[in-house]
Amino acid sequence: MPTISVGRDLLFKALGRSYTDEEFDEVCFEFGIELDDVTTEKAIIRKEKHINEEVEDDEEIIYKIEIPANRYDLLCLEGLARALRIFKCIEPVPEFQVSKVPPASMIKIQVKPKTSMIRPFVVCAVLRGVALDQARYNSFIDLQDKLHQNLCRRRTLVAIGTHDLDTLEGPFTYEALPPSEIKFVPLKETKEFTAEDLMEKYKADLKLKKFLHILEGSPVHPVIFDSKRRVLSWPPIINGAHSAITLDTRNIFIECTATDLTKAKIVLNTMVTMFSEYCTNKFEVEPVEVISANGLSAVYPDLTCRKMEVSLSYISSALGVTLGVSEVTGLLNRMQLPATKGDNIEGSDPTISVQVPPTRSDVLHPCDVMEDVGIGYGFNNIKQTTPKCVTQGRLLPLNEFSDSLRAEVAMAGFTEVVTWILGSFEENFDMVKRNSEKQKAVVVGNPRTSEFEVVRTSLLPGMLKTLGHNKDHPRPVKLFELSDVVILDPKKDVGARNERHLTALYCNANSGFEVIHGLVDRIMQVVGVKAVSVGDNTGYFIQPSEEPVFFPGRQANIICKGSQIGTFGIVHPEVLQNFLIPDPCSILEINIESLH
Amino acid sequence: MPTNNFVESSFWNFDTLFQPQQHPARDSHDTFFLKVPEVTQSLPENYLEHVKTIHEVGGHESIGYGYDWKREEAEKNLLRTHTTAVSSRMLYALAQGKFSPKKYFSIDRVFRNEAVDRTHLAEFHQIEGLICDRGLTLGDLMGVLNEFFQRLGMKKLRFKPAYNPYTEPSMEIFSYFDMFNKWVEVGNSGMIRPEVLRPMGMPKDVSVIAWGLSLERPTMILYGIDNIRDLFGHKVDLKMIESNPICRLGRQV
Repeated sequence: MPTISVGRDLLFKALGRSYTDEEFDEVCFEFGIELDDVTTEKAIIRKEKHINEEVEDDEEIIYKIEIPANRYDLLCLEGLARALRIFKCIEPVPEFQVSKVPPASMIKIQVKPKTSMIRPFVVCAVLRGVALDQARYNSFIDLQDKLHQNLCRRRTLVAIGTHDLDTLEGPFTYEALPPSEIKFVPLKETKEFTAEDLMEKYKADLKLKKFLHILEGSPVHPVIFDSKRRVLSWPPIINGAHSAITLDTRNIFIECTATDLTKAKIVLNTMVTMFSEYCTNKFEVEPVEVISANGLSAVYPDLTCRKMEVSLSYISSALGVTLGVSEVTGLLNRMQLPATKGDNIEGSDPTISVQVPPTRSDVLHPCDVMEDVGIGYGFNNIKQTTPKCVTQGRLLPLNEFSDSLRAEVAMAGFTEVVTWILGSFEENFDMVKRNSEKQKAVVVGNPRTSEFEVVRTSLLPGMLKTLGHNKDHPRPVKLFELSDVVILDPKKDVGARNERHLTALYCNANSGFEVIHGLVDRIMQVVGVKAVSVGDNTGYFIQPSEEPVFFPGRQANIICKGSQIGTFGIVHPEVLQNFLIPDPCSILEINIESLH
Repeated sequence: MPTNNFVESSFWNFDTLFQPQQHPARDSHDTFFLKVPEVTQSLPENYLEHVKTIHEVGGHESIGYGYDWKREEAEKNLLRTHTTAVSSRMLYALAQGKFSPKKYFSIDRVFRNEAVDRTHLAEFHQIEGLICDRGLTLGDLMGVLNEFFQRLGMKKLRFKPAYNPYTEPSMEIFSYFDMFNKWVEVGNSGMIRPEVLRPMGMPKDVSVIAWGLSLERPTMILYGIDNIRDLFGHKVDLKMIESNPICRLGRQV
């Protein structure tokens, strides 16, 4: 879940009152966010730089608040404070407007054809007459960062550029040119570079090198120019220094270039709805005309509300409360969803008309509206009931069988262990002399370390590993595990299947082969399979085997009703050495699915 | 529910659960994607078209996500990140026949490609429960959760609004622990979204309430264990397993 850091005192100022940490925690709980941490600006920096210093009294307290991943309108102090003020009925939902600008004087941006090769879309808007101070400026930058990280998927889907409009002259163009032809002074620099130079230079920049892959190898790079061929930005890497925003900036030009148009619109809407409260005309955004390569034009931002008709009975029956129309509309208004009585025919099911504002891109279906009614009402205020359906419960037969078998093995004096399913190639194959088995296994594509390389095909290595870590345990050590391994299987839709195995180990001054053999006989007895002579397919018998993991001549296969279902034997001394086990041991492994 | 399949396709693990393809959870740094077998061999084609549509343009009163849904993404195999993938398969199977109310559960292993520490592992167990019927309410869900957690010894619960791609409403479940003098999160729950159920063919009036929790976390809290490796894995102390008393959680009156 995304976390935002907001200054506590600034937040309380925006909310119009102070809270104790506990009181604020309660407000967060009701609304569905979480006060994750209370810290200070300097403490965060100290933590990053690993310094230990004394706490000073005048440090600004920072609240770290966790917000739901689909609420882009809560990603900054402005949006969060506004949402809470509306929730507490201090103010109504704002009505966002696009200013009425005659088409001829509207700011324009022309998209050139080659952009479709690398980053096809751009949307823009203007915020007029903003008043920025340091806090608002920081918040503005932070929001772009948060959006870049989350919704924009680290700038791959959308990149935001913000500029001081008074340093520029429209109309603008959005083009894609070879990197050597893009020349400008980037932010934080004083001399000119080509995009080609910068691709090389930024390989050493901790922050920017992460985005170079988006343009790597492309014959053309995206770039935005004004009418005097000044570079506004080289998306998604960096903006030009010329149009950089300062505390004195009054008019802001926002451009979002993208490979996903839906997300670009959400990002643009989020930027303008959050910060248009600082415009001279509060909540008013100036539009920009985007003329695409084929000549079609569209005006952004699109701040129209989406109208939804939601049935009252749907809301009531899903939540399990009886609510009237006015109660529901009141609750929805508190949740930033302006609602009124629906226009429905007399006598039929009453409906609620909801105007979904541009800040609520998370509302996809009437169930989203229904949830907000529930939040407004308070989940904990809803009467708790029990479902009326009568059903018969039972365990999955394989699981029931597994549980019974576990109990039988435990009653034979063995202690159960549960081990990891993921492991290294070394442990699962090399150390148990089973190199040839590697091709049966499921292999992980992106393991962080060798510990997560491969999915086990046998319970044996995990069992030996556990014994190796419990060397001081009094002898005899008797362990078992009954759990799944995974084998490749072209007959399954995903290409692999689980197989339920049982493994049991005996370790002592003597190898205990007869103990493990005894356990095999006991297991077959409780499963109800008769012991028969070699070659008889009506029951089970054992046959000498030749597996490298076991001592030669001291190992056997278990043949049950014609198929081999398992093996047991004395563990080979080399294998014991690999797992650092000092005493001899015997082990069995059976595929219990064939017994079930 | 038959959860004996650790290898899953992105389709069942994410797409059928209305988790969009560019969602951060589908990042390689949260999920174990597989090299062998890399892609899934077969998917239900008819159903796949419905899932594609609901993601791209919506339907069934939803506006969808408005992005280009890619088949190649859905075909990528992984180690399941939640047992909800199996729940999805079960709901789909249920929707193919004549509907009758059902209650399902599972307790099994899941895999997350996250950094490991004292309380987090790359593999752990999830407990999951679902109830499918006509006319279920959020009040029903809370009632069931109260009953369920009481049997684990947790009697005082509170519910907090949350977000999951596949449930709406979603609620985090908090229980009051006298030993810590505070509320601790013990689980997650919600009503499955229509965007999950309707493409499967589930009738419109059928609701599914679901909840899940990890097995390790409450066990560690209730038994006072602070390092998860003391609880399971090869480093566990055998003496602890042998000397632990029988479990009587939730049975005291």
